[in-house]
Amino acid sequence: MKLQIKQCDIDTIIAHAQAELPNEACGLVAGRVDAGGKARGGNVSVKGGYAEAKGRGAEADTDGFFVVEKVYLLSNIDQSHEHFSIDPKEQLAAIKDMRSLGLAPLGNFHSHPETPARPSEEDIRLAHDRNAVYLIVSLAAEQPVLKAFRVIDGVASAVAVEVLG
Amino acid sequence: MKLTVAGNLKEFADGLTVAKLIELEQVETPEYITVSVNDEFIASDSFESHVLADGDAVEFLYFMGGGR
Repeated sequence: MKLQIKQCDIDTIIAHAQAELPNEACGLVAGRVDAGGKARGGNVSVKGGYAEAKGRGAEADTDGFFVVEKVYLLSNIDQSHEHFSIDPKEQLAAIKDMRSLGLAPLGNFHSHPETPARPSEEDIRLAHDRNAVYLIVSLAAEQPVLKAFRVIDGVASAVAVEVLG
Repeated sequence: MKLTVAGNLKEFADGLTVAKLIELEQVETPEYITVSVNDEFIASDSFESHVLADGDAVEFLYFMGGGR
């Protein structure tokens, strides 16, 4: 799987991360899963906050794309520079908005204010959805860095990011 | 009775608890989910005792968090 995301959405995520400093920022990404040209989204059933896991799992292992179409900037209720927990009330509102727009929940993002854009042990331990894509933006260097990952059976693997204009 | 589960209208037997619905819906990794009924979050220690009513809207949300 690869991730397609517009530059303006990356800019939005980075701006949110910078605005929340010194704390970690977080949010959700929604869109569609394009598996070999067969786009999914629309009335995708949502269970557990992500698109129907059973149906998407097989497709997520193909050469398709997560296509980000909307970014949700949510609150980190931990208010911490070392941890994040997405506000469940905001999460619920976002899920409902995705459903109303016919978008599938694709995954989440969070920032690392002081460390590289790679999943920490805690990130991996708390990544419960094998079908989700996890975006991390690092503000440790002068230039922000955004990377994407999936976590399957406790193993993180990088997802190639294709930036659209 | 009819419940709206994750946006989908479904028919269930009366007297269904949140715990039983989680089982019937085959929710993955249920230990990490938060459940809302009509936009009110249900404490996990009430899943076994919370009986759902006709017309309830139920959502399952995964906890999402991490750290540096």
